[in-house]
Amino acid sequence: MHSSTGILRAAGLILAAGMALLSTAAVSDSAVTPGSRAAGMESCVAPTAEIRRNHMDYLKHDRIKVVHDGVRDVKNSLAGCVACHAEKDGKGGYHPVNADGQFCSGCHEYLAVSLTCFQCHSKQPEQKHSAAASLSGEENAGQSGALRLLMEFDEAPPLSAEEMAQLHAVSREE
Amino acid sequence: MTGKKEQPQDMKRREFIGKTVLAAGAVSVAPGILLTVANAKTEGEGASSNIRWGMLIDSNKCVDNCTACVDACNQENGIDLMQQPKGQGDEMWNAQRPQWIRKVKLRDRQTGEVTNLPMMCQHCEFPPCVDVCPTGASFKRADGIVMVDRHTCIGCRYCMMACPYKARSFIHQNVQEQTVRAPRGKGCVESCNLCVHRVDSGASTTACQDACDKDGHKAILFGDLKDPESQLSKALKEKSSRQIRADLELNTGVRYTSL
Repeated sequence: MHSSTGILRAAGLILAAGMALLSTAAVSDSAVTPGSRAAGMESCVAPTAEIRRNHMDYLKHDRIKVVHDGVRDVKNSLAGCVACHAEKDGKGGYHPVNADGQFCSGCHEYLAVSLTCFQCHSKQPEQKHSAAASLSGEENAGQSGALRLLMEFDEAPPLSAEEMAQLHAVSREE
Repeated sequence: MTGKKEQPQDMKRREFIGKTVLAAGAVSVAPGILLTVANAKTEGEGASSNIRWGMLIDSNKCVDNCTACVDACNQENGIDLMQQPKGQGDEMWNAQRPQWIRKVKLRDRQTGEVTNLPMMCQHCEFPPCVDVCPTGASFKRADGIVMVDRHTCIGCRYCMMACPYKARSFIHQNVQEQTVRAPRGKGCVESCNLCVHRVDSGASTTACQDACDKDGHKAILFGDLKDPESQLSKALKEKSSRQIRADLELNTGVRYTSL
């Protein structure tokens, strides 16, 4: 029993390291779509490696705070992801983030992980066309301001493949 | 180890177990009540149980054939972005499309008097939809807003059957386009949430009230029922108001005058 879990864990670590190497090789700089706001920024709301590994958990945690407790100024929000990572289409609008070759689908398709967020959530940042545009616009501006602050706060640490693998292994063990 | 020393320890343990069992019992007996208390303890920026959002609707001021509130709601909550599925008849579409607020016309059979009123989720203090929800998706926020957590909704529609106000809608189709503030997808139930995104960003009116005010009718008043100084509380104190289906003792957050 003990030895088998040990072997499994070791296999998991090797797999994680392998995946990390693969992902650094395949996506390192190209994951962020060039025409998006994120392209001009140093890093995401947390170091890139951490976000890559844990974004789904962060989102799940904060969605409970938002929906049930009404705490709207959370650090991790899907609307925040979309606002930053959607690529401009050059016609005043945005490409859907889950469209082919766009930010979300780029990785999710590669890893064959189905992406169900956008069955319900908007795939594009807020576009001002409704009666509440002014209100939500203000809200968005506030949020992006906070996001920007967060981003300015910690620069993206330049990680080598080895460091990345180590980080992934640690988060796997937790 | 003497018996004397052991006994108090044992008592403590029993006491602890007793308390735990009591607490567990309380959770299963009254989940709604405990939920409210738990939410009240979260950080200051969230929904607070010192507030209870509600509404007063003056049906005398509600004008026949006016749909300003319905249109505003549809736009605010992205309902107007939904499209009739190809091949679906108008009758089916009108029966199934989501409707958070709708106009109801009452006619007194004897006198012929006609009364108009907007009908939506009444944001009950004791919501039947929350009672019947098998997953906890239907819930009441600390500030009294009754809403659906779509992440946990399985689309069983028990809540739709339980609601005495026919306030809930089910999404039958895939949805292509949503707004950021109002997510929507196939297989979940939804209803009026008193424009919760506005409330959370500090607004003091709902989209329907704004639209009604803009048209000069001023039939809808949104506010805090627990604040004695709020416009809503003052209006409620002044005029006699009614709850719809008051016999069910749900203590609705939406009240009506001139009804």
